[in-house]
Amino acid sequence: MLHPKHTRTIGKTLKKVLARRGGGSALPGLVVEKLDPAFLQRTLSQLPKGVVVVSGTNGKTTTTKMIVQLLRASGLTVFTNPTGSNFTRGIAASLIDAIDEEGNLQADVAVLELDEAHAVHFVRQVKPRYSLILNVLRDQLDRFGEIDHTAKLLATVVDATSHGIVLNREDPLVRELADHVNKHKELQYFGLSRELTTLFPSDQNMRSQHNLDAIPVPHPHRNDVILETVEGQQATFAWGTKSQPPIELKVDGVYNMFNAAAALTLVRMVCGDEVESSVLLQELTQVRPAFGRGEAVDIDGDPLEIVLVKNPSGFRLALASYAERPAEVMIAINDNYADGRDMSWLWDVEFDSLRSTSTAAGVAMVSGIRGYDMALRLQYDDVTVSQVETSIPEALAKFLRRTKGIRRIYCTYTAMLVIRRELAKNYTVEAIE
Amino acid sequence: MSADRNPLRILHLYPKEMNIYGDWGNVLTILKRAGWHGLETELVEHHPGKPFPKDIDMVIGGGGQDSGQSLVQDDLVAIGEELHKLADDNVPMLVICGLYQMFGRFFKTVDGVTIPGIGIFALETHGGPKRLIGNIVTQSPFGDLVGYENHSGLTTLDESQPALGRIIKGDGNNGEDKTEGAIYKCVFGTYLHGSLLPKNPSLADALIEAAAIRRYGIFEPQIIDDHFAREARTIAKRRPR
Repeated sequence: MLHPKHTRTIGKTLKKVLARRGGGSALPGLVVEKLDPAFLQRTLSQLPKGVVVVSGTNGKTTTTKMIVQLLRASGLTVFTNPTGSNFTRGIAASLIDAIDEEGNLQADVAVLELDEAHAVHFVRQVKPRYSLILNVLRDQLDRFGEIDHTAKLLATVVDATSHGIVLNREDPLVRELADHVNKHKELQYFGLSRELTTLFPSDQNMRSQHNLDAIPVPHPHRNDVILETVEGQQATFAWGTKSQPPIELKVDGVYNMFNAAAALTLVRMVCGDEVESSVLLQELTQVRPAFGRGEAVDIDGDPLEIVLVKNPSGFRLALASYAERPAEVMIAINDNYADGRDMSWLWDVEFDSLRSTSTAAGVAMVSGIRGYDMALRLQYDDVTVSQVETSIPEALAKFLRRTKGIRRIYCTYTAMLVIRRELAKNYTVEAIE
Repeated sequence: MSADRNPLRILHLYPKEMNIYGDWGNVLTILKRAGWHGLETELVEHHPGKPFPKDIDMVIGGGGQDSGQSLVQDDLVAIGEELHKLADDNVPMLVICGLYQMFGRFFKTVDGVTIPGIGIFALETHGGPKRLIGNIVTQSPFGDLVGYENHSGLTTLDESQPALGRIIKGDGNNGEDKTEGAIYKCVFGTYLHGSLLPKNPSLADALIEAAAIRRYGIFEPQIIDDHFAREARTIAKRRPR
């Protein structure tokens, strides 16, 4: 085995060489993994509070951001993986920068965002102390196969977790993972008040006229966190049944507030009684949305909101979240590999809320490689489409020229990258973290 | 026109258990296009264990996960006779993926478990080692069909069993013999999601026409603006697998 010092030196040298040639790369991480297979395990297992894995389909980036901020506010030093590098070699690559010359990571805890398949790969190497499972929803199923398969992947993560597991009480497939938690491990839930559950239809019950959510929901424990009420940006959380004072959040949309409940549950599990509730709630008000998760770009004084949509439940929630804030709307749908090639998912979203009303005029612009699939979907929900332009740069230019006031763009991942690149030519767009 | 003015009763089979990859889009397309053709419709659902609804004019069913499939298999066998009667009575039906397989004789899983089907189609399906996934285009009596397939079952048609389409791009029934789907009278089975009907309006209209003729003896199609569908089809055909 290589001495840890050498692993670091090799990794750093590779990074420098590659940086000179321009552009980042996962190659250093790959090389480190090959040369020193125990690197990840050895480096992460030294942490006093262990490793936290955040997985699930939707909301990982925002939730991880919240957890990191809350843990830092609690006085801990936190290592986290940058967005988009959520596979083991990406983590290895960022660890190379974070470790000292002796190969030690100066952190109390690592919080890692991992998609379902990569999480399984990761837990084979490193056993997390805590895991948080957000949801199991349809996302890029052409890659993962089936939802049931995704649930099995997450069960493997839960099985590998040594201390504590946080589960989404409102998602039947996640709730079932409780069967994988033995009595030696801690189990907590994050949940919604009954009034709010209607805003989160599951994939299973969205279509049927019958109400099928018959699986019993566990009664809240005092360490669970329940999102009780949402009014605009204001949210009330409860520790079990004990309501906390309402707080004003910077993140938008009920789904992000539900993510906040997940983050609170996890952080309270990690910190126990060491941290005051008021400190957590105060810090939560400071969390800004992650890129593409409700960020706004200033267009000559008017806000342009960029909303990333990548699966039916995410799109439904985004539409529901913004239903009461009318805007000029553009939708850009790509089907590149990173977006998922299958367009079927558009038919699992209802677009009634975009119909023309006295305050809004349908959808001003539809774009992207699969713009016509989107326009066709809207036709079947009687939503007026003013124009279809498959080229995103051209569509964006026309959209900005022909509309004013609040604008909102719903877009898939690779469409968002094009939109941000185009906007950055003339406006201030925050760099992707 | 006949005196019958009852709306067309469109039956959605197992909307909870067998409804994945946008299969709802097929139901929506039938309801909308029938309306645009000046026909009234009524959406009826059938759930496992419930009595089979009467006076059905069209049947639509989708794909499901393995778990969904196991929830409906007993019920499907129980209502099999009703479905056979409707099929022989020229009721149009569209079954996608999971229900397409179960409209055959049986599905044998990779673990060797045999799940009986109802045998409207003369075909059998065996669980395969990998998923057949990607954009698919086939040639059919309704023009080229475009969609997206995502299945691991490999379906083999009896020699007497006509296919719905012939593969232009993709895997279809089994990735070997270039066949896709099956036709029996007015019953169409296929692996195509996408959703299938919105991007293939000629097949949607054929189903509506068959139901209208059977119920009212006449079908007077209206002109529908299918511009978006045409453009979406053209682009879909060019996309990578």
